[in-house]
Amino acid sequence: MTCLHAPSRRELLLASGALFAWTYLPRIARAEGRDPRFLTIILRGALDGLGAVAPVGDPGWIALRDDKALKLEGEHAALPLDSFFALNPAMPNFHRLYKAGQATVVHAAATPYRERSHFDGQDILESGLPKPGTAETGWLNRAFASIEPGGRVDARGREAFAVGPVTPLVVRGPAPVLSWTPPRLPPASDDTLMRLLDLYRHTDPALARALEERMGLAAIARAGGINQDPNNPAAKQAGVAQVRAYFAEATGSAAKFLGRPDGPRVGALAFDGWDTHANEGASDGRLAQLLGALDGAIAAIETEMGPAWRETVVAVVTEFGRTAHINGTEGTDHGTATVALLAGGALKGGRVIADWPGLKPSDLQDGRDLKPTTDLRAVLKGLLKDHLRVADDALANKVFPGSGAVRAAIGLVG
Amino acid sequence: MALDPKFEAALALHRFGFGPRGDAIARIAADPRGAMLAEIERPNAGRIDNPDLLTGGEAARAAFDFRQEKKAVRLAEAADREAAKNGTAQPAPRPEKMDPAMADPFLQTQTGAMKLTLEEAQRKAANPPALPQQIYLEEAKARFDAAVATDIGFAERLVWFWSNHFCISADKGPTRPLCGAFEREAIRPHVAGRFADMLMAVESHPAMLIYLDNARSIGPSSIAGMRQNKGLNENLAREILELHTLGVRTGYTQDDVTSFAKVITGWTIEPLKQNAPHAGEFAFNPRMHEPFSQTVAGKAYADGGLDQGKAVLADLARHPATAKHIALKLARHFVADNPPPALVERLAKRFRDTDGNLKEVTKSLVTAPESWSAPRAKLKRPSEWLVASLRAGGVELKDVRPLVQAQNLLGEPLWRPPAPNGFSDDSTTWMDGLAQRLDIANRFGQRVPTQLEADAMVETALGPLASEETRSAVKRAESRPQALALLLMAPEFQRR
Repeated sequence: MTCLHAPSRRELLLASGALFAWTYLPRIARAEGRDPRFLTIILRGALDGLGAVAPVGDPGWIALRDDKALKLEGEHAALPLDSFFALNPAMPNFHRLYKAGQATVVHAAATPYRERSHFDGQDILESGLPKPGTAETGWLNRAFASIEPGGRVDARGREAFAVGPVTPLVVRGPAPVLSWTPPRLPPASDDTLMRLLDLYRHTDPALARALEERMGLAAIARAGGINQDPNNPAAKQAGVAQVRAYFAEATGSAAKFLGRPDGPRVGALAFDGWDTHANEGASDGRLAQLLGALDGAIAAIETEMGPAWRETVVAVVTEFGRTAHINGTEGTDHGTATVALLAGGALKGGRVIADWPGLKPSDLQDGRDLKPTTDLRAVLKGLLKDHLRVADDALANKVFPGSGAVRAAIGLVG
Repeated sequence: MALDPKFEAALALHRFGFGPRGDAIARIAADPRGAMLAEIERPNAGRIDNPDLLTGGEAARAAFDFRQEKKAVRLAEAADREAAKNGTAQPAPRPEKMDPAMADPFLQTQTGAMKLTLEEAQRKAANPPALPQQIYLEEAKARFDAAVATDIGFAERLVWFWSNHFCISADKGPTRPLCGAFEREAIRPHVAGRFADMLMAVESHPAMLIYLDNARSIGPSSIAGMRQNKGLNENLAREILELHTLGVRTGYTQDDVTSFAKVITGWTIEPLKQNAPHAGEFAFNPRMHEPFSQTVAGKAYADGGLDQGKAVLADLARHPATAKHIALKLARHFVADNPPPALVERLAKRFRDTDGNLKEVTKSLVTAPESWSAPRAKLKRPSEWLVASLRAGGVELKDVRPLVQAQNLLGEPLWRPPAPNGFSDDSTTWMDGLAQRLDIANRFGQRVPTQLEADAMVETALGPLASEETRSAVKRAESRPQALALLLMAPEFQRR
């Protein structure tokens, strides 16, 4: 019976697919009597930063987005952050943390990437390299490896941790990664379904019919077009609940692992679905639902991290932003600058950090996008340096190669 | 027939193989038909060379020993409880119990997510599934590995076709550990050989004898029949005539079924008991065999023990109705739900002319113009689509359980057809599962760490078969996972 073998722990974890990475506790931090945790959440598809954190104090804001603009008054009133910015109302937990000095918004931020391809943008966001191309390792993993030369995993499993079905590029690399996947991956998103239906309707009506019927959408299709019509409310509610549950389960589990005394100290996970080309719904539609799920996920981290929340930083980042204007299908197209959302008990928070570029046509990048005024790498370097004690030269050369001119942001944690 | 060579290569891979993998389209474009024929000309065509896999006899005996051990543990535990009740004796240490959750760890109903700790993971890893399921999974892995690794997959597709034609079910009694051995021993050696040899190997294999109840069919006038009040079981004889050879409504009668059932009485298995070297293997037991001459389909067969049944099978194998039946099923599987009659007749004629030489029949399938001109309307069966997805994603298969689970979800559980006629080859049957395919494609996209650009993904998987709409949908996807999911769900990838 030599053919039969029990899977090793590693095989089991890889097979079941999760994504945290854990590696050594940073030695310097430990010497200071700290035990820092760092989790990064990648939002794939490009988050509309203006829909998440609105510049309500900018005189051009209402004119820019018209009835799609988040406002401080009305049914879906945005939550004020300071005299200029307000948070999407779907994020009460993040707002509470902000008020408690445990959350920070960085606005008008972007990676060095200036084109608008998701794939390349995600590669740059996660690899930390200045240009697209085949990347095998991510900045978070390299940061770990640089903290502990060799990056070996010790026998008790005090490695770095990653959560998700495929280990995200950001945490792949020389330092060993353990991964864990929630057993219930989310079902295909409405967005994926709509894209597929659109393809079928143009190329294979029989498959379109089969899918529509199975999805309970036949009635809507007959009524005159999936694209214009909101989804079947019941199916939509179920989908939203599943997305919320998946986000909370994935992050909550990550936090449980990171919170353990013998657990990993660094984690990464990725959420898809932010590519809101049509019917974006910042205040009460799809984007609001996604942000609500993200807000719930942040709350789950806080809860599950327990006492370790005090020593935690969560960084939520996306590949690029979206157009400043609403497009012809009530959505936004690929853009440039956006927000980064930071949360955690280790932050010196309660601030929106922005060198605001303005919204006038002449202020916009290429006449269409929010102009980037903060290099996202400066933010990440600041966190890695002050929270995890990654050395300056490693940050400039290994973690974000060629970023010597980009100074690490100071005072983010404290 | 002036097909663009790359188009024909891509068509060959999807229609007759398991879909492109790496640069397969370019590699066979010089001569797609030649490359397909080369696969079945190989001396070991269809075979799996893996010395770790058990023979049917070994698997049956291992499963038997396993059941005996479990029984012993249960008895001992009962004795302990009895002793504890009477206040005597400490319970002795027992082997650890199997974890039933591991039998199918990817079930959606599993609720362990939040509870999964590292310790639990280790504990689970240390508790493998029960032995019959372990063997089933090892065999499933060998089968998927062969399908994923092959160049085109034509020979493997033939294996899958014949395995479904002569299906057995893992859900029937003790056949679970035998399913893989059945396919390797009765089907694979003959996919490019003679139909008569495959038929004989199949009908005398323990897995088939158990599945269709012949192992315990007893001639009423046999020695065993006279002694006990048991008798004939017609199941196997009927399905051989109806499903395996002549086909339904081809003129045979109930009398033919009964007579044929009597002919094959005594085709059974060596009883399972501890330390019996051939236990669980095929045996002809003369004490169960009906000792008379029988007439089947108008021909008398004198009693010759085992040879009587062999003679009937040999005649059935070369019967014109069998030729037509097999020709129709082959054409329906590979070419179209309603295949062109000219193609069916071409294959049937080749079958008759060569006395059921399957290599020759298969060659006619490849060289027939109708095989290439039919529209790409057939929906891939779930299992074919899963393998094609693995190949397109460049996935190296480590753990077979998610795949086995995916086949379950899509309604085509591996080696577990609902009835002896196997899984349907009709596209409409599988349309219903399209939404489930989307969920699996979505999960697959999330799990495959591809670094390919959209254009490269499409070129690998579809090449010239891809429509502009599909290229654009994949290119505009919001992420690689979504791009891969859309590609695998594209009509050109779903159909063949």
